Amino acid sequence: MHAFKYHRPSSVNDAAALAKGEAKLLAGGQTLVQTMKLRLASPSDIIDLGTIKDLAGIKSDGKTVTIGAMTRHADVAHSADVKKAIPALAALAGMIGDRQVRTMGTLGGSLANNDPAADYPAAVLALNATITTNKGKHEADKFFKGMFETALKPGEIITSIAFPVPKRAAYTKFKNPASRFAMVGVFVADFGTGGKDAVRVAVTGAGPVVFRQAEMEKALAAKFAPESVANIKVKQDGLNTDLHASAEYRAHLVTVMAKRAVEAALK
Amino acid sequence: MNAPLIGARIERKEDYRFLTGAGQYTDDVELPRQSYAAFVRSPHAHAVIKKISIEKAKASSGVLAIYTGEDFAAAKLGGLPCGWLITDVNGQPMKEPPHPCLAQGKVRYVGDHVAIVVAETSEQARDAAELVAVDYEVLPAVVDGSKARAKGAPQLHDIAPDNTCYVWAIGDKAACDAAFAKAAHVTKLDFINNRLIPNAIEPRSANGSYSRADDSYTLYVASQNPHVERLLMTAFVMGLPEHKVRVVSRDVGGGFGSKIYLYAEDVAVTWASKQVNRPVKWTSDRSEAFLSDAHGRDHHTVAELALDKDGKFLAMRVKTTANVGAYLSTFASCVPTILYATLLAGQYKTPVIHCEVTAVFTNTTPVDAYRGAGRPEATYVVERLVETAARELKLDPAEIRRRNFITEFPYQTPVALLYDIGDYNATMDAAQKLADVAGFSKRKEESAKKGKLRGLGYAAYIEACGIAPSAVAGALGARAGLFEAGEVRVHPTGSVTVFTGSHSHGQGHETTFAQVVADRLGMPIENVDIVHGDTSKILFGMGTYGSRSIAVGGTAIVKALDKVIAKGKKIAAHLMEAAETDVEYDRGVYTVKGTDKKKMFGEVAFAAYVPHNYPHDKLEPGLNENAFYDPLNFTFPAGTYVCEVEVDPETGVVKIEKFTAVDDFGKIINPMIVEGQVHGGLTQGIGQALTEGCQYDATGQLLTGSFMDYSIPRATDVPFYQVDTRETPCTHNPLGVKGCGEAGAIGAPAALMNAITDALGVKDMPMPATPQTVWQTLKNKKAA
Repeated sequence: MHAFKYHRPSSVNDAAALAKGEAKLLAGGQTLVQTMKLRLASPSDIIDLGTIKDLAGIKSDGKTVTIGAMTRHADVAHSADVKKAIPALAALAGMIGDRQVRTMGTLGGSLANNDPAADYPAAVLALNATITTNKGKHEADKFFKGMFETALKPGEIITSIAFPVPKRAAYTKFKNPASRFAMVGVFVADFGTGGKDAVRVAVTGAGPVVFRQAEMEKALAAKFAPESVANIKVKQDGLNTDLHASAEYRAHLVTVMAKRAVEAALK
Repeated sequence: MNAPLIGARIERKEDYRFLTGAGQYTDDVELPRQSYAAFVRSPHAHAVIKKISIEKAKASSGVLAIYTGEDFAAAKLGGLPCGWLITDVNGQPMKEPPHPCLAQGKVRYVGDHVAIVVAETSEQARDAAELVAVDYEVLPAVVDGSKARAKGAPQLHDIAPDNTCYVWAIGDKAACDAAFAKAAHVTKLDFINNRLIPNAIEPRSANGSYSRADDSYTLYVASQNPHVERLLMTAFVMGLPEHKVRVVSRDVGGGFGSKIYLYAEDVAVTWASKQVNRPVKWTSDRSEAFLSDAHGRDHHTVAELALDKDGKFLAMRVKTTANVGAYLSTFASCVPTILYATLLAGQYKTPVIHCEVTAVFTNTTPVDAYRGAGRPEATYVVERLVETAARELKLDPAEIRRRNFITEFPYQTPVALLYDIGDYNATMDAAQKLADVAGFSKRKEESAKKGKLRGLGYAAYIEACGIAPSAVAGALGARAGLFEAGEVRVHPTGSVTVFTGSHSHGQGHETTFAQVVADRLGMPIENVDIVHGDTSKILFGMGTYGSRSIAVGGTAIVKALDKVIAKGKKIAAHLMEAAETDVEYDRGVYTVKGTDKKKMFGEVAFAAYVPHNYPHDKLEPGLNENAFYDPLNFTFPAGTYVCEVEVDPETGVVKIEKFTAVDDFGKIINPMIVEGQVHGGLTQGIGQALTEGCQYDATGQLLTGSFMDYSIPRATDVPFYQVDTRETPCTHNPLGVKGCGEAGAIGAPAALMNAITDALGVKDMPMPATPQTVWQTLKNKKAA
């Protein structure tokens, strides 16, 4: 690791003021610190968001669950409010990485990093969450731009994420055999409202960035049942190919995981 | 007298130290005026070094020195030696290209050593290493062993045309071909035994220090065999007398073979410590370990089994290309030959076997022994062939094995080994029962109802351990003896310190060996300490590998104990005023036949050190004996493994439902430790078959260079093992022991792949059986 200057700002404004040039914001550090240890990143300054009050915490009013950006995965996984309102979200948080990662990693950090194999983007997109920053609000559909790329502008800091509570939802994850990241993760959310966006299906791990599966959403809106998606053939174009899974295999797994997610949501 | 300790489940003495963080690993050693090294490594698999510019790096903060291959050449440091000479089919010695510690003009794999940077801190050394500018002319690379001899393939070494180290063979080819010509059935398989990356939990580390006061060196190093390390480094590389070099490897966190070898880093820090006149320490990080620790396996094999109509084996014909990597690591040459082809008889009376092995150089990390070393590869050949033959002949896979089991001992195989003893039906019977093979078809039906595919596979393995009779090893090309040494030092008040040339890097020798000693001397185990891993304390040692420690190292200790007890008998006879011939000894007590006279071992020890009343005319005072033991034969642990899997055809995920292992390790000293060894071995074997596979791209870049892409098995990947043992004591060592460290890794891959291919209903499929590979195999089957 190369040397850097370490800052502990006490407010989001102070943090934003420091976030310029080669400086990096530090949330849970589960990607950034590893990258620095491997000497692949050498930021001039590290701005630790961990000391800013009010960035962590969970609120639920029955219709919306609002989670602070610095809330750790473990806290989401164990939150009685989240488990009650959106059990699939708590379950997803409990599936991220290992115990150590979940104790340090944060929701905001995961979204800002937007790793193509991260779990949270699937929940944010499927649940149509709203991402609040120090500069404004982002709709989920417009937030995830590409691999490690989001709608965030330099100096923009996520403060909280508001998740609408669905009627039912589930996340199924096929883990990469080595890294245990999502090789294919499918989040299915049914808002029970009928019409457009009544069911949202978000897929992570399979492509360069999380995406919605329109054909499945339509089929599930018509009938929320496993057989609605079981025979949908997902196109492999644009999906990732690597040592562990070809695009063809990933496309196949999207269907299998979607089917299993619907089964789980119905349980 | 205490209860017998042989066979007791005694908790490991060393674990308090390990569990409380009090272990002394190499990286824990911090010497006064310590400095730190980093290595500049090649980013290319094959390149000519045109120029190395170190000026900028030298000016970097905290840098003490930078040395390149030129400096090593000027200092006349030799290359890293290979410890085993293989003679090829034409009677010519294998090709041994120079293996410089730091590259001389050319790099041959990603991670090859280019320069060593020594600095005040480890971070400063790394910073400076990044500033060493190397101008490379990149050459095409060859990484696939089966392509290394192709026309036009890039050539690694001038002295090894066609990248060929040797073509070696064993067995009667003409007789073998004749048997095949007459066979009723031939089973043939063509497969790759996948390359593995060892990944001991403690990365390699070396801390060299030079003392100007007496012109001597001390090397602290994570090694499985400190004396061998010293011998190789002094005599073959640095040209130093051994008495001026001390090698210390106290606590070592796992080796699995990868810490047997003399590595470039070890030599470099030792040599550099004199140049900078300060201790120089290097500790590998995990990324470096992936690139630079010797890899394992990597065979491409075509294997055939000839059978008569009743499933009796007539002959086996095997052709293997072994990828040894860019250079010959310390024991690279003997692994795919002596430790591989000689095991191809397995547990069977196959009368004729011929095996030809071609060892090739490629632009990859050197390959050497990894847990099992040759024997997992051999077992995979034999047990995949046997299981496949049974399926082709519609015979029960256990029955075909029983029809061919060797049942009379000693048994001379057609591939050089003489099995002393075994009972293969006994382990097969026990394994079938424990695995509930009888209930399998019912379980298969239940799986089918859930849409799952269930399969069962066997592996009846054998291994040759307790290496090795030095004369045999020497005749086969070993450049060292393979005995072991031990010393029993009895203290005046009767407690004992034992010094062993074996090395424990997780195996629990401090407990197992102490059990043997305490049992023989009739004392509590607390009164015995085992010391290993320091050339200044231990008289000599060949170290630990090939499951040899208890069979060879343990026997050396027993021989020394015999001498202690015999001398004690003379002292006891004197003390009891009896004739020596009338004195009897049993676990700590000397008695005079037909009387109630007795002397405890402790009293005898005291008399030896406070010799007021002592037979000075016949004996020296003191009670301290040592012994060297050269084994009379290999030992032959064997067993039957039964694996049962359930495959999800939708995703390709394999779940191991049951894994049953029944091993015959001869006499067992500590069943708990043995079970731990079996569990660990099985897990590594399952790793090879299910999750692990080293992969390079065509340019020689390591694609599986971290745990993000290289998958070692985790707790959730393996089942609760069902293990048991059967016992035929080894006939040629006093403890009747055979060794248990590698069995699991040897037998597991074949059992698992036999189970998976059974579940899928396919003849063969590649390892590792990752979800994608299983899914693809099923898809191909459907398409066919």
